[in-house]
Amino acid sequence: MRKLKLVVPAVLALSSAFTASVAFADTLVKIDGSSTVYPITEAVAEEFQLAKKNAIKVTVGISGTGGGFKKLCRGEVDIANASRPILAKEMEACKAAGIKYIELPVAYDAMTVVINLKNKFIKQLTVAELKKMWEPAAQGTVTKWNQVNPAWPDQPIKLFGPGADSGTFDYFTEAIVGKAKSSRGDFTASEDDNVLVQGVSRDVGALGYFGMAYYIENKDKLKAVPIAMAEGKPAVLPSFETVENGTYQPLSRPIFIYVSAKALEKPEVKGFVEFYLKNAAKLVKEVKYVPLPAKAYTIAQQHLTNKKLGTVFGGESEVGLKIEDLLKREAKD
Amino acid sequence: MNELKSGVSESMELGTLRRIIVRAKRWDLFFVVLGILSLMIGVLTFAVLFADMASKGLPRLNWEFFTSFPSRRAANAGILSAWVGTILVMLVTAVAAIPLGVAAGVYLEEYAPKNWITDVIEINVSNLAGVPSIVYGLLALGLFVYQFGFGQSILSAGLTLALLILPVVIVATREAIRSIPQSVREGSYACGATTWQTVRDHILPYSSPGILTGIIIGMARAIGETAPIITIGALTFIAFLPPQPYVGDPPAGLFDWLFAPFTVMPIQMFNWTSRPEAAFAENAAAAGFVLVFMTLLMNGLAIYLRYRLRKNIKW
Repeated sequence: MRKLKLVVPAVLALSSAFTASVAFADTLVKIDGSSTVYPITEAVAEEFQLAKKNAIKVTVGISGTGGGFKKLCRGEVDIANASRPILAKEMEACKAAGIKYIELPVAYDAMTVVINLKNKFIKQLTVAELKKMWEPAAQGTVTKWNQVNPAWPDQPIKLFGPGADSGTFDYFTEAIVGKAKSSRGDFTASEDDNVLVQGVSRDVGALGYFGMAYYIENKDKLKAVPIAMAEGKPAVLPSFETVENGTYQPLSRPIFIYVSAKALEKPEVKGFVEFYLKNAAKLVKEVKYVPLPAKAYTIAQQHLTNKKLGTVFGGESEVGLKIEDLLKREAKD
Repeated sequence: MNELKSGVSESMELGTLRRIIVRAKRWDLFFVVLGILSLMIGVLTFAVLFADMASKGLPRLNWEFFTSFPSRRAANAGILSAWVGTILVMLVTAVAAIPLGVAAGVYLEEYAPKNWITDVIEINVSNLAGVPSIVYGLLALGLFVYQFGFGQSILSAGLTLALLILPVVIVATREAIRSIPQSVREGSYACGATTWQTVRDHILPYSSPGILTGIIIGMARAIGETAPIITIGALTFIAFLPPQPYVGDPPAGLFDWLFAPFTVMPIQMFNWTSRPEAAFAENAAAAGFVLVFMTLLMNGLAIYLRYRLRKNIKW
């Protein structure tokens, strides 16, 4: 009798476990992945739940772009937030698990190079100058501003940037140094962009980079630097316009959501993705990211209806993409 | 002459003695000051941090803050899903860790034969208390989330934190049991009690204040943990609560909430501190204030219970 008392709740718990997981599966849209895409997806999720009067539940987690793809290819989530295209290794994992996906660009992320407000000598920077500061060979040797450009003062450079696990770091190094993850190591790294904001705003000789949203919110504390592709080319300041028309290069990139094709058969997931593309332009701007041109969302919507599976990148990330070209490409899975 | 000499030496001795006493008292005072300073470093740091958090966060602390879900607009965002998640996870943690930890501690102290196996277990338990929490997170990801199929749920999180604080509870239980005089046991055995009767009627009641302290220290550690919870897949945006038993259509089962997705206070706080908008920093401060308050409340409850229980101990 005493033993029975222990067994009964255990059985109850287990049996309810299976019914529970079934009950959740059909009302839930599960999303995970990049922290860069998170604010956009969160805004869409909030509005979507409001529009559906909470009949459909949406959860958004942050486990990084890589973590998101892992979960997508295991079939654990319906949608993965990704700040870069899916890589060859991740494509294989998906293929092995029989998971197909649709790649949808949802916004632009513009990396902004910032300096201290009191810095008067930097008017613009070329990619080559940034490379001189950030390449691995600069470690321990390039420590003064005049080493980068003799016209600049003999002042120590203090560098701030995201940590090596961040997609922003990957893209910046690829766009500036030419190889992803190839960077000097002796800079102040933080996964928390607010720490970078603080760092740059406190040090006259500082330079850092992070997503544009953090610059927009801290315009009173920092200065953005116009970036020129090369010496003699026009230097462009990041803004909604310059990012959208593609002149702010190479530090702007499209960011994506990857929707599992199998999950798309569920009406709530399909409804959510359609809602996403329909309202992205407005919500993306609200969370201080740059929306894609209106045409891009229409084409993405078509890809969704036509179930255009796979990626257009072939497992590699690229620098300096125009969104129109991207959407015209043939996808492979 | 003789008398005079001894008088002089006596007064000299008295002088030396006084000097020794004064010197000793100076050292005494020095140590008191040192002690107060050491204490103040900790207390003042906490007080300043807490005051800073309170001054930043208090304007946000209103009813809506507790009853709203997270939002992209700082002014509308609240901690409803976070505090409910934290309380439910802590409930699972307590239900799992307390019986297991106390039983393990009692076994090791009262029943286990003193041999090398027990020694190995003892060393391992003490070492486990120092294992970084992320390691527990990884273990739980493989074991609870995938192997047992509990998923990214309140149950997985609660059990993970239970594993994390189990060594703390076991060690505290053993310390508390060890402080009970051997004569109490001998008296009980002399009356013909079995080991279980001794444990039930003497060992557990007398050691419960100490055990309780250990449990609360463990729970206070668990409530602030973020790393293992993120590892097993706690969410950042979740705008609904776990199903209430027997509510809804179709009605939820009694234990359905155990398998619900969730978030907890520290994750919500961390997410807000890393937002670009300054208004979210206020939310983070307010959430931090609530979290500290929850911990203080838990500690307060423990102190009260300990006081109540101590009154019953007579030996």
